[in-house]
Amino acid sequence: MSLVEVEHLVKHFGRDTGLFRGGTRVAAVDDVSFSIDQGETFGLVGESGSGKTTTGRCMLRLIEPTSGAVRFRGENVLEFSRSRLRRARRDMQIVFQDPYSSLNPRMRARKIVEEPLVIHELGSRAERRDRVAELFRLVGLSPAHLDRFPHEFSGGQRQRIGLARALALNPSFVILDEPVSALDVSIQAQVVNLLMDLQRQLTLTYLFIAHDLRLVEHICTRVAVMYLGRIVEIGPAASLFAAPQHPYTRALLSAIPVPDPDASRQRIVLDPASINRNAVLKEIAAGHFAAV
Amino acid sequence: MEPLLRVERLTTVFDLPGGALPAVNDVTFEIQPGETLGLVGESGSGKSVTALSIMRLVQPPGRVAGGRIVFKGQDLLTLDERRMREVRGAGISLIFQEPMTALNPVFSVGDQVAEALIVHGRVSRREARAAVIELLRAVRMPNPESRIADYPHQLSGGQRQRVMIAIALACRPSLVIADEPTTALDVTIQAQILDLLRDMKSQFNLALLLITHDLGVVAEIADRVAVMYAGRIVETGPVRAIFRHPQHPYTRGLLASIPGGAPGQRLKAIDGAVPLLNALPPGCAFNPRCPDRFEPCTTEPPPDYAVGPDQTAKCYLHSPQVGADRRVRPGADPAVGADPSVGADTSVGPYPS
Repeated sequence: MSLVEVEHLVKHFGRDTGLFRGGTRVAAVDDVSFSIDQGETFGLVGESGSGKTTTGRCMLRLIEPTSGAVRFRGENVLEFSRSRLRRARRDMQIVFQDPYSSLNPRMRARKIVEEPLVIHELGSRAERRDRVAELFRLVGLSPAHLDRFPHEFSGGQRQRIGLARALALNPSFVILDEPVSALDVSIQAQVVNLLMDLQRQLTLTYLFIAHDLRLVEHICTRVAVMYLGRIVEIGPAASLFAAPQHPYTRALLSAIPVPDPDASRQRIVLDPASINRNAVLKEIAAGHFAAV
Repeated sequence: MEPLLRVERLTTVFDLPGGALPAVNDVTFEIQPGETLGLVGESGSGKSVTALSIMRLVQPPGRVAGGRIVFKGQDLLTLDERRMREVRGAGISLIFQEPMTALNPVFSVGDQVAEALIVHGRVSRREARAAVIELLRAVRMPNPESRIADYPHQLSGGQRQRVMIAIALACRPSLVIADEPTTALDVTIQAQILDLLRDMKSQFNLALLLITHDLGVVAEIADRVAVMYAGRIVETGPVRAIFRHPQHPYTRGLLASIPGGAPGQRLKAIDGAVPLLNALPPGCAFNPRCPDRFEPCTTEPPPDYAVGPDQTAKCYLHSPQVGADRRVRPGADPAVGADPSVGADTSVGPYPS
């Protein structure tokens, strides 16, 4: 069953018209639709500027979309009042890419993780204290470090703090926006394992926004590929990676460096002329659609 | 054959209030003419400081504390600053990671490429324009005639990196050091830049020292690989040997942690975190994270052991006194089967900048 449905989502960024110039408008997200099933990890991939982060932020209304609908458990989040939206956000959270800039450097780790509980007025002081310690253990941090400041943690640990904060309100849906790309190689695998463990333990549904296609192939059940604000291909990870249909997906997959000196490298260079911007998504295999 | 560059027992330290921290610790390697050496490591492993040391661009409180850097038979550490300036650009040039910050935003890209040529007396100001256009064409910049008037912010990330490569190649160096040249780029642009570097290498007969954390990039372009950890080169060898038969537990762990295998399976992570330079464990710096640790690892840092043709590893597993049974773990899987959710990232503390 679908937990989240995104329908015809559009976000224009524009500059207002001035006295001497017309307004300019960029469609960062251009008619994007997809749905995410309960318990799945849905991958949203694309290069910088493709609109994947904007899509994620529009879904939580961290950015107000221009039009479209985002249904969460059947209700359109975009029609929620401020107070209704605040309540809804208990259930839908986000972990940001950069663990260095997404934690307030002046707050102790304890406060950072506690803040969502305070804002949503949950629990007494003592209950919050216990909950924060529990969250610390949940993400593999030592409760002995609760009173440290962010700079006293390594990158991997900071991302664990960001994750603890996101999980504080017991959400069912978490947007992971490039959660490991700022981390060192040996730490990435630790955090990925933690994400997979937590998903099983807490029955979480993930939207995983990433550009690391090897990782997406490994952890996602279904994947959508974005290019210039649109989804050009979407389908089960196994089918999409084994038989990519859209020219952009093919070019993208062929560009991944293979960690094997003997791998044959047949690079497919994208010819922008080969992309039909007006093509609509067509089903080419079970559940696998491409705009070709 | 005489190597083009031989770095011999290089040690670069940072003098901080708490003492001298060895960012590069007794590092030795060679690069042959035309060869590509991939220098792999995580942040803080010392790979960028190694590059800066070779160029003699380490800024205080950092300083080269020992060793030799022999380039074309000459120890760069003994040159006066004027002679060293001739080596930079004309002998060895450097490509930085972030092309937006490495280029000067207030000069056109044409001026910046021309500067390299004029400073080294390669061309007169009058000839510079044609030479710059030719260089930009060599790095496959579209419409070089009109692009030379553009400023860095008008170019895409990939085009900026092409300009950086043009500057690096302007004075026909025999060695280019590229420090994470594609890390800031999208994967399709990364592929183009790697192809370009490969072409430039054969066209100009360049040797390349490629610094990266991406093992995929190394597999694509390197002839030989050196793996750095906590300031030391822990394993070095031909690219095929490193990927097929890694001998140091850290190299094995890095390769095993790459996503792959059955979807949804836990990844084989390396436990713990990279140690801080002011809190290095005694003995082998990797020992607290090492699944193969045994008695000698916690006392003395291991020396280099020959582990194959042209392959060495700093690991006591390969000491002649150690039985062969210890070297091959059951299953012969290079994986490091630690549980990352338990006791992960144990080292904390402010990072030395």
